[in-house]
Amino acid sequence: MSIPRPSPTLLAFATAAIAGLSVAMIFFVAPVDSDQGLSQKIFYVHVPIALTAYAGFGLGAWKALRLLMTRDERYDLESYTAVHQGTIFGVLTLVTGAIWAKASWGVWWTWSSNQLVLFLVLFLFYCAYFMLRFSIEPGARRERISAVYALFGVALIPVSFLAIRLASDFIHPTVFTREGPQMTGEMFASFCVSWLAITLVGYVMYRAELAGKRTDANLRELREALAR
Amino acid sequence: MALLGQAAATIRVEALEKRYGARTVLRDLSFDVPAGATLVVTGPNGSGKTTLLRLLVGLAAPTRGSVAVAVDRSRLGFVGHESLLYTELTALENLDLYGRLYRVRERRERIGMLLERYGLWDARNDRVTSYSRGMTQRLALCRALLHDPALLVLDEPHASLDADGVGLLEQELAAGREGRTVVVATHDPGRLDALTTQRLLLGAR
Amino acid sequence: MNGYLADVAALARKDLQLELRARDTLPAMLLFVLATLVVFHFALPASAGDEPAYGLLWVALVFTALLGLSRAWAPETAAGALDGLVLAPADRSAIWLGKTIATLAFLAAAEIVALPAFALLFAPLDGAALAGVALASLGLCAVGTLVSAMAAAARGREVILPLLFLPLAIPLVVGGVGAGISEEPGRFLAFLGLYDAVFAILSWAAFEYVVTE
Repeated sequence: MSIPRPSPTLLAFATAAIAGLSVAMIFFVAPVDSDQGLSQKIFYVHVPIALTAYAGFGLGAWKALRLLMTRDERYDLESYTAVHQGTIFGVLTLVTGAIWAKASWGVWWTWSSNQLVLFLVLFLFYCAYFMLRFSIEPGARRERISAVYALFGVALIPVSFLAIRLASDFIHPTVFTREGPQMTGEMFASFCVSWLAITLVGYVMYRAELAGKRTDANLRELREALAR
Repeated sequence: MALLGQAAATIRVEALEKRYGARTVLRDLSFDVPAGATLVVTGPNGSGKTTLLRLLVGLAAPTRGSVAVAVDRSRLGFVGHESLLYTELTALENLDLYGRLYRVRERRERIGMLLERYGLWDARNDRVTSYSRGMTQRLALCRALLHDPALLVLDEPHASLDADGVGLLEQELAAGREGRTVVVATHDPGRLDALTTQRLLLGAR
Repeated sequence: MNGYLADVAALARKDLQLELRARDTLPAMLLFVLATLVVFHFALPASAGDEPAYGLLWVALVFTALLGLSRAWAPETAAGALDGLVLAPADRSAIWLGKTIATLAFLAAAEIVALPAFALLFAPLDGAALAGVALASLGLCAVGTLVSAMAAAARGREVILPLLFLPLAIPLVVGGVGAGISEEPGRFLAFLGLYDAVFAILSWAAFEYVVTE
């Protein structure tokens, strides 16, 4: 199964272009919110970042599954890089979420945002992924254990979300609304473009990091071969 | 670890490579071991003897190439650097557990016979922690022989055996010639000269 | 199937034998959970109601489970016995199942002491709360046994186990506390059942990949 991969340069340019378009749309096309004002616009960035984080974790789990099925060590690096990017975007989700919370409600953190709480739990989980990975000697064992953990992460996402939903009912009965009930056409368009842009940024970063890591690995092998 | 059918060789290794991260331990190794052979593997420290043996029994998987063994797990006996025993259980309890897992027929009789033969009968109800190094290694050998393996893999068995144990091991290897393939990694190949049918020297890195 | 269950039974029995012999894990868990409950008495302000106490009960249970789990694979790592089990013809998932059953037995023993103590010192526990404890304990042991095996393969395993275990335990705490204090415990119990089903199956299937190359 091989998906045709666009050349990195082309991809980077396309991403930059779409990102530019997205910024323009966020500020000039999307309407200014009557309640929250300019700060509401963080929504156009915050939600896509969260979605990209989920995509990173999902991709990491998929690659992990492929590793376990085929024993092809290529998938280990791909899984790790995807999880890494997912975690980076996860941290950004927490940061943008905090900024938005501060701008909207005057607090840096709130437990009533299910999404934020979920990301906090996932952040803990995936930080442990890296700690686990770096305390096992490189080799097949580390690859497999990392892969199993990445799969557990993806199972944890819906389960945790359910748990947080259940918990929010009795633990924190405060009510905060995030955005208006429906998105208008302009809002929706801006959102979609922004989502596309941020997903592309995530993908470009994934490819870049993967290429970098592969080069490192090849270099190490070369060095080792020369040392013989 | 792939299984071979009715092939002539009990073990077939082809272009085997084993890497741990950046460290290549085994490189482009190929050899066959016919049924009933006794292969002695030698080489300096760090040459990958232990890694090779672990690959043969399936405790490790190749990075490249293949290891095909015509014997499945139930007929495989392994003695490694560690005893693979439960130190807080007695010899009897250890062998009983493994006897159950390997579905050994007439378990109690066979355990009794092995403990007797290896001079551990009197210590059968003592915990393994109380054993000397030689006794522990003898018990490890019993554990490996319990299910009458068709392939016996020994990683430097002489290292921890006492004088009695060495004698018993040599008796065992000589006696079990028919129907059993043996692979031994050792620093002291001379001891096994009479039994050796095949030699493999692993190079230093 | 018969052979599979026989393997599981032999393995679980081995763990119970070991604990009866060495007697180091279970007494520690019992003492730990009791000591923790006493600490909680002092940690809770006098005006606190029953509900915060339930929360602290769950903290105690999770950390007691963690204590048991950190010792779970110790006998296997002492002299390489895990390799011995992996080499055996038994299904590797049977190793996980046997160990989970044994760990659950120890946790249950600790709970048999802890729960009455809690009811005595803090607040009563109804059927739903107890059901919650039972279901969550299953999940804690299922996931914990697998994650503990991962930690056993790592350096600094005592430190890494809590990091791996706690995020996975969070949903169980939610379910357990909810079952105890909510007016509709049914939802929380159902959720715990879901967690158990998902993660037990996942752990059962994935264990092979954690202990082999």
